[in-house]
Amino acid sequence: MDVSFSPEEEAFRQEVRSFIERTFTPEMRDAMGEDVRSKDSYLAWHKALYKQGWVAPHWPKQYGGTGWNVTQRYIFNEENARAETTPILPFGVSMVGPVIFTFGNDEQKKKYLPRILSGEDWWCQGYSEPGSGSDLASLRTRAVREGDHYIVNGQKTWTTLAQYADWIFCLVRTDPNAKQQEGISFLLIDMKTPGITVKPIIVLDGAHEVNEVFFDNVKVPVENRIGEENKGWTYAKFLLVNERSGIAGVARSKKAIERLKEISKAETLDGKPLIKTDEFAGKIAELEIDLTALEYTELRTLAQESKGQMAGPESSILKIKGTEVQQRIIELTLEAVGYYGYPDDRKLGDNEYIGPDYAHGAAGRYFNMRKASIYGGSNEIQRNIIAKAVLGL
Amino acid sequence: MDFSFSEEQTLLRNSVAKFLADNYTFENWRKFTRAEPGRDVANWQHFAELGLLAASLPEDFGGLGGGAVDNMIVMEEFGKALVVEPFVSTVVVGAGMIARDGAKELKDEILPKIAGGESIVAFAFAEPKSRFNLADISTTAKKQGSGYVLNGHKAVVIGAPWADTLVVTARTAGNQRDETGVSVFLVDKKTKGVTTRDYPTVDGLRASEVTFENVEVPASRVIGQIDNGLALVERAADEAIAAHCAEATGAMKVLVDTTVEYSKTRKQFGVPIGKFQALQHRMVDMFTSYQQSVSMTLMVTLHLDEAPATRKKAASAAKVQIGRAGRYVGQEAVQIHGGIGMTDELNVGHYFKRVTMIDTLFGNVDHHLKRYASLS
Repeated sequence: MDVSFSPEEEAFRQEVRSFIERTFTPEMRDAMGEDVRSKDSYLAWHKALYKQGWVAPHWPKQYGGTGWNVTQRYIFNEENARAETTPILPFGVSMVGPVIFTFGNDEQKKKYLPRILSGEDWWCQGYSEPGSGSDLASLRTRAVREGDHYIVNGQKTWTTLAQYADWIFCLVRTDPNAKQQEGISFLLIDMKTPGITVKPIIVLDGAHEVNEVFFDNVKVPVENRIGEENKGWTYAKFLLVNERSGIAGVARSKKAIERLKEISKAETLDGKPLIKTDEFAGKIAELEIDLTALEYTELRTLAQESKGQMAGPESSILKIKGTEVQQRIIELTLEAVGYYGYPDDRKLGDNEYIGPDYAHGAAGRYFNMRKASIYGGSNEIQRNIIAKAVLGL
Repeated sequence: MDFSFSEEQTLLRNSVAKFLADNYTFENWRKFTRAEPGRDVANWQHFAELGLLAASLPEDFGGLGGGAVDNMIVMEEFGKALVVEPFVSTVVVGAGMIARDGAKELKDEILPKIAGGESIVAFAFAEPKSRFNLADISTTAKKQGSGYVLNGHKAVVIGAPWADTLVVTARTAGNQRDETGVSVFLVDKKTKGVTTRDYPTVDGLRASEVTFENVEVPASRVIGQIDNGLALVERAADEAIAAHCAEATGAMKVLVDTTVEYSKTRKQFGVPIGKFQALQHRMVDMFTSYQQSVSMTLMVTLHLDEAPATRKKAASAAKVQIGRAGRYVGQEAVQIHGGIGMTDELNVGHYFKRVTMIDTLFGNVDHHLKRYASLS
């Protein structure tokens, strides 16, 4: 039993760290901090990693992965978090990509995988519907087979960044007479297809991150279907497990706690830094301890995976605790900034914030991150999964 | 022991509730908070006509002779409707301070104006580095002739963009955090040297950074005694706390009711989600938190006339309850609504934002736990 890293692994860490230092530019960093981000700001780091061959470390080498072991992938994530690089959008690289190389045919792999890797195709996720949130299998978007096409009608919602997307992977109902899970297919749909409309949904902090996507007699070639008709639920579940494993965000949360500490050093209470007060120091300590527990749970999960055992329902723990920690960090940050959490200075330039720089957007981020316990399978659903699949209740 | 409301108080609540139901719908709120000047200017006059501004003020000065309970009733109804107008800083703080400690001339001049809706007051007490310490004051007031000259920067002055008058705490003697040497001034916002930087707040209000550069204030505009103003400020802050507790309970009621209703209609897995026991228990906990908050709001309102130590302890206790409950009820309301709780379109998120920010106002949970413990 050993939790230390080997000399080879430390050398690898250095290699990653210096690549990031050379390649993640101040412009890329600044672009992330804008209140309204450009499409390019999301892709610049993706493209830099792609050039290095590092954009999809977890993919099999034959499809463009790095061939790294689980520890190396862990180190790579840690170094990216430490440098606060732009998070890579998960929809192509972590969600539909693995579905395509696991369940797709050769033409689909040849057509889609390279463009997912390069960032040329921006993907979004057509899963949730207004009537199908937690109960995803009840989805109603309908795909009717007509010759060599499906005709798709229906509506998806909470579709992240659909306003920029080139493609959408969609769960559709191909057999309304079968049992719910057995009538679903997995379609890849070009967002430029006539009949698709994207409507913004504005969230609590004013951000435009999610959308409704409407399908009005959208023609989708049959060759865009992954795997077998009516077997889409299997592929969907495979994707969901990947989605929730990626959500723990331990490394990023470690960095966020560091930022919180900096802020609570700068904030003072009767002349004393907030972080030196018993109450706040105690709260940060509790948070760090929760994160440490999460980190080691994730390490145990990774160790299992490195022995070839797939992530199981225990990854739901990572999702629950990971998102709770993320939310708590932001909650404490809002507490830390005091009255200067009040100003909504979103539309002001960098040099014109009302209070200290670090207070800018603190409340907005707190409100926005309430989504973390709702998305990716709500924390209630994650608890149901553990109850049923692990505890046998 | 009697917790019932008088006939007048019930009439007051009904008239406020009716006015708001007719004029302050959520859609109206959304419209006027997103356009300039951030409120419907006509509302303040309507508040005056309904007697809301006068309800708690002494009859001798244009008031209706009620008290803190009237303000509690008004603010609870205001909280249910997300009312943005600065009732607390104008009536509870401004008029309250002047009625208790203002010179007769000041009372004669200002109180009828406030009661009649002709003056809006904002409370400029916080400073960029003061956090929640009311005595932490770097804004100075130096004696000059028969008056005073103010210099300094007041932070996040809620309602200042709409105010014509400011209640300003400034230091006339002592070091930055000394409890003696604090004085309270009534300042006309149009006085030469007063600059405001107005902005919207994250919960639908308006506020300003107010800077004072050699602002001349006559001695007649001092409230209470020079150097001995902190006790007045603390009293005013505790009264404001009681009022904002009432506001928060109104908002919490909407959050609880909306969540319960939603859970009865939103179906997943073939059943309304309100049938799931796990959610039922959480909604019960939301309801319990709300009820405890109503209780503590009553408690603090009924203790505002007590000796300072008792009053402060009551205010801190209530603020801790409301701070905790507001956070819990707000977060749970969003969570149980699922994705739609995250939208700008639904009302839930906006109530969540308001109760979140009320926690900060006049001191958060940590601050008041500490104050409560220090008084025990």
